Amino acid sequence: MIDGNQIKKDFPIYRHQPNLVYLDTTATSLKPQQVIDKENEYYTKYSANIFRGIYKISEKATEEYERVREKIAHFIGAKSAGEIVFVRNATEAINLVAAGVGKTLKTGDEIVTTIMEHHSNFVPWQQRALKKHIAYHVSRITSEGKLDEKDLLGKINNKTRMVAFTHVSNVLGTINPVKTLIKKIKAKNPHCLILVDGAQAAAHFKIDVRDLGCDFYVFSSHKMLGPTGVGVLWGRYELLDNMNPYQYGGEMISAVYVDRTEFKDPPHKFEAGTPHIAGVIGLGAAIDYLRVLGMDKVRQHEIEMTSYALKLLRSLKGLKIYGPQNPENRGGVIAFTIERIHAHDIAQILDSNNICIRAGHHCAMPLHLSLDVASTARASFYVYTTKEDIDALVKGLKRVQEIFA
Amino acid sequence: MDDLYREQILDHYKHPRNFGELDHPSVASSDNLVSCGDQLSMQLLIEAKKQIVTDIRFQGIGCAISMSSASMLTEVVKGKKIHDLQTLTKDDILKMLGVKLTPTRLKCALLSLEVLHKALNNMK
Ligand SMILES: Cc1ncc(COP(=O)(O)O)c(C=O)c1O
Repeated sequence: MIDGNQIKKDFPIYRHQPNLVYLDTTATSLKPQQVIDKENEYYTKYSANIFRGIYKISEKATEEYERVREKIAHFIGAKSAGEIVFVRNATEAINLVAAGVGKTLKTGDEIVTTIMEHHSNFVPWQQRALKKHIAYHVSRITSEGKLDEKDLLGKINNKTRMVAFTHVSNVLGTINPVKTLIKKIKAKNPHCLILVDGAQAAAHFKIDVRDLGCDFYVFSSHKMLGPTGVGVLWGRYELLDNMNPYQYGGEMISAVYVDRTEFKDPPHKFEAGTPHIAGVIGLGAAIDYLRVLGMDKVRQHEIEMTSYALKLLRSLKGLKIYGPQNPENRGGVIAFTIERIHAHDIAQILDSNNICIRAGHHCAMPLHLSLDVASTARASFYVYTTKEDIDALVKGLKRVQEIFA
Repeated sequence: MDDLYREQILDHYKHPRNFGELDHPSVASSDNLVSCGDQLSMQLLIEAKKQIVTDIRFQGIGCAISMSSASMLTEVVKGKKIHDLQTLTKDDILKMLGVKLTPTRLKCALLSLEVLHKALNNMK
């Protein structure tokens, strides 16, 4: 079992902000000392560029950087490290695929996504579709906030080229049944490509991309205890191999002539220019941290925190919770509204007690429009969350209600 | 107690002044803060000869800051010369609210001023 109070000791921010109640991991996670130290180690001990130097510290940096690729491949069940591309964040990973696949799209092709997507898995597809004049279908959700599977499958046909949906909703918390969904989608059209947005999943339970059966999987380092500025794209190797580079420049070439260029193989073909070397190396320490905790335990802790929070929040009058009601079907994130009180006012008053939640549309405006709410308040939980944090939230919300009574 | 949610702001939020619609407004305008979901509209009755605002109503949905700012502003506006209203600034609004705001909440507070200025610009 994970003890949030024990975990907090690894996170120096709790020493600098002694009364911090951090409930916004969905936006970004806090960082343990191990990650900060590892990033620091690169800058203090071998801060050379990678791939370029025939000298020891450059080779050390390259080795550390490439070792993280292996770690991630192992962490998500990829076939090889060659399928792991480092980018800036999940958003860039999706844009990379949208650009690569987008190039091959033609009139008559169709794209399918869902109304529960984060803007980063919505706008890239929408814009591709608008530019190319191709059909773009947006699947509905059920009243409980689950993907409407029938609706989604009804949108898949032999013209579907790309299907993009999230593993876990950053608002509703819904965990989509990715594996069975993919089976059904591929049964209708085995040739369509499927991208799964794992930004809210990879840090929260065990992922096995090959078992899921998707073609692309993306996530961000900063949401999984790692540094900001690093994202991961996993793609099936033959797909990456057939895809055009995203950007051109150094590091991604094998030879450049005046009149032509030969590109490296994946994944390096997609990593133009000097990457966030320290960030990638820091991410390796985050993966180690999660591996030591054990992803099953991480998930268990989140279920425990979410059940506890759901129970207490339900007892508050006028508070409405969005998304699946059963904690087994949802991630550690709860979006809610309180009758007649704007989410920004909720967040602001909680902040005066050092309680950090998020308020707004959480980069999911289409979802909020479909729910017919302008904004929601959102609390999210992670390995360092304790029942005391949730008690503080509930106490704070009671105070909000008093102020606005 | 939170500074931001002092009595006067909460009072205007819970009991907005000049809320509703005018029968025959001279000018009207509206705007919204898409990212917050706030919406605000204002209607003004203007005496053309004297260039004075004689009446005003507002409607909207939003947070306590944007709504109380609008409510307070309607009280300021009545009986004022158009020219004097056109020169109202951000600082006047902050003084009126009497609170310190972070950059993210500033736009909530200033929505009312934007809608007022838009309405006055619509006159010409
Ligand atoms: C579901 C989901 N997808 C994508 C993203 C985008 O992540 P990033 O901003 O790191 O690119 C987020 C971040 O909030 C998210 O919650």
